[in-house]
Amino acid sequence: MIRYIVQRILQAIPLLFVLSLVLFVLMKNVGDPLATMGGRRVTRAADRERLSRQLGLDQPVILQYVYWLIGNDWAKVDMDGDGVAETPGTRQGVLRGDFGVSLTNRGMPVVKVISERIPNTLVLMLTAEAAIILGALLIGIYSALHQYSWVDNLATAFSFVGYSMPIFFIALVSIYLLGVYPKQAGLPYLPWVGMFDPKEGKTFEQVALHTILPVLSIAMISFAAYSRYVRSTMLEVMSQDYIRTARAKGLPRPQVVFIHALKNAALPLVTVVGLDLPLLLGGAVVTERIFAWPGMGRLFLDGVSDGDTPLVMGIMMLIAIAIVTFQIITDITYAWLDPRIRYE
Amino acid sequence: MNNPTASPSPIVQLAADDLQTPPLSLRQLTWRRFRRHKMALFGLAMLFVLVAYSYGGMLLVSEEYANHNDTKLRIKPPSNEHLFGTDTVGRDILARTIYGGQISIVIGLTAALLEVLMGVTIGALAGYYGGFLDSLMMRFTEAILNIPQIFLLIVMAKFFGGNLPNVTLMGREYSGSLLVIIAIIGLTSWPYLARIVRSQFLSIKENDFILAARATGTPTWQIIFYHILPNSIAPIVVAATLGVANAITLEAYISFLGLGVKPPTATWGNMLEGAYGYIDQGAYWLWLFPGLLILLTVLSVNFLGDGLRDALDPRSRTV
Repeated sequence: MIRYIVQRILQAIPLLFVLSLVLFVLMKNVGDPLATMGGRRVTRAADRERLSRQLGLDQPVILQYVYWLIGNDWAKVDMDGDGVAETPGTRQGVLRGDFGVSLTNRGMPVVKVISERIPNTLVLMLTAEAAIILGALLIGIYSALHQYSWVDNLATAFSFVGYSMPIFFIALVSIYLLGVYPKQAGLPYLPWVGMFDPKEGKTFEQVALHTILPVLSIAMISFAAYSRYVRSTMLEVMSQDYIRTARAKGLPRPQVVFIHALKNAALPLVTVVGLDLPLLLGGAVVTERIFAWPGMGRLFLDGVSDGDTPLVMGIMMLIAIAIVTFQIITDITYAWLDPRIRYE
Repeated sequence: MNNPTASPSPIVQLAADDLQTPPLSLRQLTWRRFRRHKMALFGLAMLFVLVAYSYGGMLLVSEEYANHNDTKLRIKPPSNEHLFGTDTVGRDILARTIYGGQISIVIGLTAALLEVLMGVTIGALAGYYGGFLDSLMMRFTEAILNIPQIFLLIVMAKFFGGNLPNVTLMGREYSGSLLVIIAIIGLTSWPYLARIVRSQFLSIKENDFILAARATGTPTWQIIFYHILPNSIAPIVVAATLGVANAITLEAYISFLGLGVKPPTATWGNMLEGAYGYIDQGAYWLWLFPGLLILLTVLSVNFLGDGLRDALDPRSRTV
């Protein structure tokens, strides 16, 4: 087991390396971080030159990547921007845990910028994930126990539509039906912009109210696939011999379904949830954009449009590491839950 | 031959071939299983309707009309004159969904084609040759799979975007960003397919008929293309079908974020861009019609893919 984990981690290292190099080179050509630095005025040519020297943006891409990766405290950098590199660098590099400073957020460390946004995304995503799992279990189990009933058929039809629905479409429909339309008709409505009403402040009630529509949109999309999954594994398990045995010896039906069957049927769900969770961390970029939700996805979009390489790289690396970590955790959990599985 | 007037004898004459059922070809088998799948048939029919809508509608409405804006007619609700209403600069939404549909379908098909070309080539090479080439390619594939596709698309759309010249193709002018979108969707979609093809190649190349082919001196490229590839066609066809749906959705996502195909070229995706800025005014027609068309297309393609998956599955040989 330990051997397997070590092997997986060793495999992940070249992977992250390749990924970071490709992304870094792509990011270098994406936007102009200096364009927004002069505030509302256009950045002057002389300032631009000085700034790009101070930030090290005039260096070759490969050197910038090396600085980003292993730091620049072994080299001299041009701190006053006069074209002569004389001051020793201070950056430690990603390998030593220093993700650098964001170019556009007034020189705040990337880790700080990201960690301010992570809770917002988690509020949205964990609520959605909980709603998805709960709903999928309920509908999935019901569909499996009442196969081809009208609820099952409805769930099947609904899941196909949900599976094919782009998230912005369901978001727009739900904003219109639950927000805009009732508002125009003078009825109580759900808010659809931001995380809280600035007039009310960031209270629990406000955030909870503002979470409903985005969570609904996210949940509708993934719910479809999850409930289908629960249904099919549940159907498979219910036809097993040991379930017949449990029934035959006269166990009450709830006990058969929830203790005997569900335990085994929910097992594959662990894999799906484990692999989906880190994707949620990245945030549904589109969802956060539509609902003006101040999370990681929005941060990423802003970072890309400003050409803020350290910030975007930080987010991407965080997601990539989260994905690899969750893959390993999922494998371990699965082996732990199901003793039939062995990793050599 | 079964025409009773042709043969005076009351006994029906049967040719030798009719006495036994001829063996069914793969295509016949597939079709027989496919047509039992009601949803897949519905999807296929729906796709015909959508293609007819986009390409047939061209005969009724000109492209100039679709791109013609009249600021006096901004954001007008559906009426007899403009069945789907008008958009934020006064263009007719019905006409734009027709021309947008053409672009969306073209993007879906070409991006999926690019995906298949790359996925099959890389998967086949990695699976057939194995060894160092295999591990190199698979590490690269995993690296791409480890970042959600939408993130890669956003960065690449920014990277390759910018001010591109318009391109003229078959007498019509398109925004240059169209080619960029097709390229980046294709370039980021192939890893899944490559893994499928690789695993197919890994198992098929161990068969005796491959050994026989090699023993008779068949060139490697013939073994790959004539012996192994046709045997792994089923998952490739299914993946390609679903790839079309995926590409159409991704184009909509990217365009929705304002990084996709640039106006005046209409796509269902970029018609939605900015629509949510007007949602407060209750202008539902801005997003409802393009959104519904995307949903219908993706739904139909998914049904089709589902039907093909069942029909092509070699384990379900019952007819």
